[in-house]
Amino acid sequence: MKLTLKIWRQKDAKSTGKFVTYPLDNISPNCSFLEMLDILNEQLIRKNEEPVVFDHDCREGICGMCSLYINGRPHGPDDAVTVCQLHMRKFSDGDTIVVEPWRAKPFPVVRDLMVDRSAFDRIIQEGGYISVNTGGAAEANNILVGKENAELAMDAAACIGCGACVAACKNASAMLFVSAKISQFALLPQGQVEAKQRVKKMVRMMDELGFGNCTNTYACEAECPKLISRSNIARMNREFMCAKVI
Amino acid sequence: MAELNSKIPKGPLTSKWTHYKDHQNLVNPSNKRKLDIIIVGTGLAGSAAAASLGEMGFNVKIFCYQDSPRRAHSIAAQGGINAAKNYPNDGDSIYRLFYDTIKGGDYRAREANVYRLAEVSNNIIDQCVAQGVPFAREYGGSLENRSFGGAQVSRTFFARGQTGQQLLLGSYGALSRQIKLGTVKLYNRHEMMDVVIVDGKARGIIARDLITGKLERHFGHAVIVATGGYGNVFYLSTNAMGSNTSAIWQIFKKGAWFANPCFTQIHPTCIPVHGDYQSKLTLMSESLRNDGRIWVPKRKEDAEAHRNGKLKANDIPEENRDYFLERRYPAFGNLVPRDVASRAAKERCDAGYGVGSTGLAVFLDFRESIGRLGKNVIEERYGNLFQMYEKIVDENPYVNPMMIYPAVHYTMGGTWVDYELQTTVTGLFAAGEANFSDHGANRLGASALMQGLADGYFVLPYTVQNYLAGEIRVARMPTDKAEFDEAEKAVQARLDKLMGIHGTRSVDHFHKELGKIMWEFVGMARNEAGLKKAIELIRQLRDDFWKDVKIPGTMNELNIELEKANRVADFLELGELLAFDALNRNESCGGHFREEYQTEEGECKRNDEDFKYVAAWEYVSEGQFKLHKEDLAYEEIEVKQRVYK
Repeated sequence: MKLTLKIWRQKDAKSTGKFVTYPLDNISPNCSFLEMLDILNEQLIRKNEEPVVFDHDCREGICGMCSLYINGRPHGPDDAVTVCQLHMRKFSDGDTIVVEPWRAKPFPVVRDLMVDRSAFDRIIQEGGYISVNTGGAAEANNILVGKENAELAMDAAACIGCGACVAACKNASAMLFVSAKISQFALLPQGQVEAKQRVKKMVRMMDELGFGNCTNTYACEAECPKLISRSNIARMNREFMCAKVI
Repeated sequence: MAELNSKIPKGPLTSKWTHYKDHQNLVNPSNKRKLDIIIVGTGLAGSAAAASLGEMGFNVKIFCYQDSPRRAHSIAAQGGINAAKNYPNDGDSIYRLFYDTIKGGDYRAREANVYRLAEVSNNIIDQCVAQGVPFAREYGGSLENRSFGGAQVSRTFFARGQTGQQLLLGSYGALSRQIKLGTVKLYNRHEMMDVVIVDGKARGIIARDLITGKLERHFGHAVIVATGGYGNVFYLSTNAMGSNTSAIWQIFKKGAWFANPCFTQIHPTCIPVHGDYQSKLTLMSESLRNDGRIWVPKRKEDAEAHRNGKLKANDIPEENRDYFLERRYPAFGNLVPRDVASRAAKERCDAGYGVGSTGLAVFLDFRESIGRLGKNVIEERYGNLFQMYEKIVDENPYVNPMMIYPAVHYTMGGTWVDYELQTTVTGLFAAGEANFSDHGANRLGASALMQGLADGYFVLPYTVQNYLAGEIRVARMPTDKAEFDEAEKAVQARLDKLMGIHGTRSVDHFHKELGKIMWEFVGMARNEAGLKKAIELIRQLRDDFWKDVKIPGTMNELNIELEKANRVADFLELGELLAFDALNRNESCGGHFREEYQTEEGECKRNDEDFKYVAAWEYVSEGQFKLHKEDLAYEEIEVKQRVYK
């Protein structure tokens, strides 16, 4: 395959970035998108240029580190995959591909395509857990969880924290991410004790960090590589209302 | 230099750990606040240890090279976690889990450590359920189990095909809670460059801030390394791109001996290699072998026709299929341990029965179980794995059988530790895959998660406290001490050297070359001549690397090539030690298969007379290693040939 890449290059957080065009030839359609970028970087290094910086690690769609905005879509044109699982066969020979970092104020660009998503960690630190110390936990089967709720909790817990939902949202809302964690615990008996505190604290931090609100476009759900459902947002809103009212 | 004392508590096996806990030294709460602990790595072992030690009141600093602790590669573990709960009432017990693990490790693991592992396995499940880990459930609401390789009971707990993710998010949550409370401080996008030793004890690390490129000094009364395994020495593996050996290699050079490096695990069910641009291999969980049957064509002409694209798997009739695992190992069938399954697949491919365009693949077929259980049951059990396969290979595994081949997955070897998980450097601990302790020569499926969490939640909190009880009079040290100066200078000099080479070839070029040498000569089957050749080739490649590697950019900024170069430089030394150890071990056991030592049926031929020991290597100088032996005494278990027939 022959491709033209337009890639966002930015020296560091303070510099102004710009698109740089790179032609690339001889790419196998079986290559993953990140392997295609590896090939580009290899060529750049050979020419004494600095390679394109992007986040990636597990390359099997689970660590949530890769985060590219490709042709206007987080994680690119394929559905239900992260960039590392996106393959070049989803593009056509001769395509021009535009690659940008996540664009959202709470995710400042670190360099090129790499952004700082520590805002997500800070939200989790507010209450994305059940406060139980190591040791002294009760026998596991003393806590029964109906299969249906267990499955729903697992659906929500499958979130990989990549931030595609924020990147997809015109308001840079993090509500899909936050509601996935809220839902996981709201659906489990273990999560009930702290439920009210949890939702209040996490939502407050989400707002504080500059994430926008949900205006029900559901772009987040459409672009989520793990198919996290928007119904989690509804559940979070209900949890939040209950916590405020009752 | 330290002695090799495994410090196994006295008394009967079943009460050693209880005895240890009853008699260990404690630190009172006001003193805990004055003691600093450094933890490197945020996978299961690291994050669990940080959370637990933070809860206890110690001051913890935790480091990871990724942007968030939740990215650590534990997250990629799919299948499950073992525990001896015996919920299915199928005859499981702590003893049986202990026995299976020792046998699975081909009698090369330490009895006392493994028994403790089996003992705390049940606490792990309790802990994780309390944290809200969404394990699979039965309709009645109780926990569900499934079976896994190397066991005849169903003792594996799971969260779909994402068990590692869910367990890691559990410990990441516990860690996040401590970060909020201020007992743990997180240093993300930081890489440990070296350990600092003061008066013979580990007292801190030199870390590099990967964003600014600046070197930093951090003091700790104790240092824990939980940085995972070294599988990426093979370049292509199921590890994450950033997984590296540098932390355990740097401490090795500072006196922490390295045990059994040749015990590496090749996982049987991975998506086969397809091109030279390939950057990693993707695992298909072992749990698939519960319902999938592994086969190759019985007739060579069918295999050849498949390789040439002239014949489809589904067109090969039942009578012309060779279910070679079921044929060779009727008792365990498709659920034989990983080392056995991998070698059997390689044997068939080497004999000319391999399929796929490269001939280096076998089928993993779900036709029968889909027929028996229905597609929806298979989808519920393995949906995400099937989806992943389809995305990568572009073929529907519900219709056509998967094609799989073995790939480097896990390293049983690692930093030598005693019963307390302390290395041969006082005050320096190693946990999780980074240490060598529990899996012997081969790890059973669903046991890595168990070990990582056992070390982090239930072992280190006791043993590190026991050590720190003797350090309460040691005040926090200023980091302008001579030892910190020296360590930082050495790191700086190494980075200067790398940046000063200005060669012609990229870091990846050298890493790929190293991988080829390792896979060919130190991979699934090894022999004396090949290993000697590998050592020679690695030395040569290392020389070339230090003369010809090209790293663009500068040191004092984010520099991804410098990060990689620093890691590959260590792999280029570790690879040699791995071959060295494989050459020394004149026997076949577990993941270490020496072609000279096999039975007539091609099974491993162990040599207990001469090799029933842990090989702990001491670093002398570059390419020079000294062997120390820890004899393995089996008091509880009778050492037998490992049979899965």
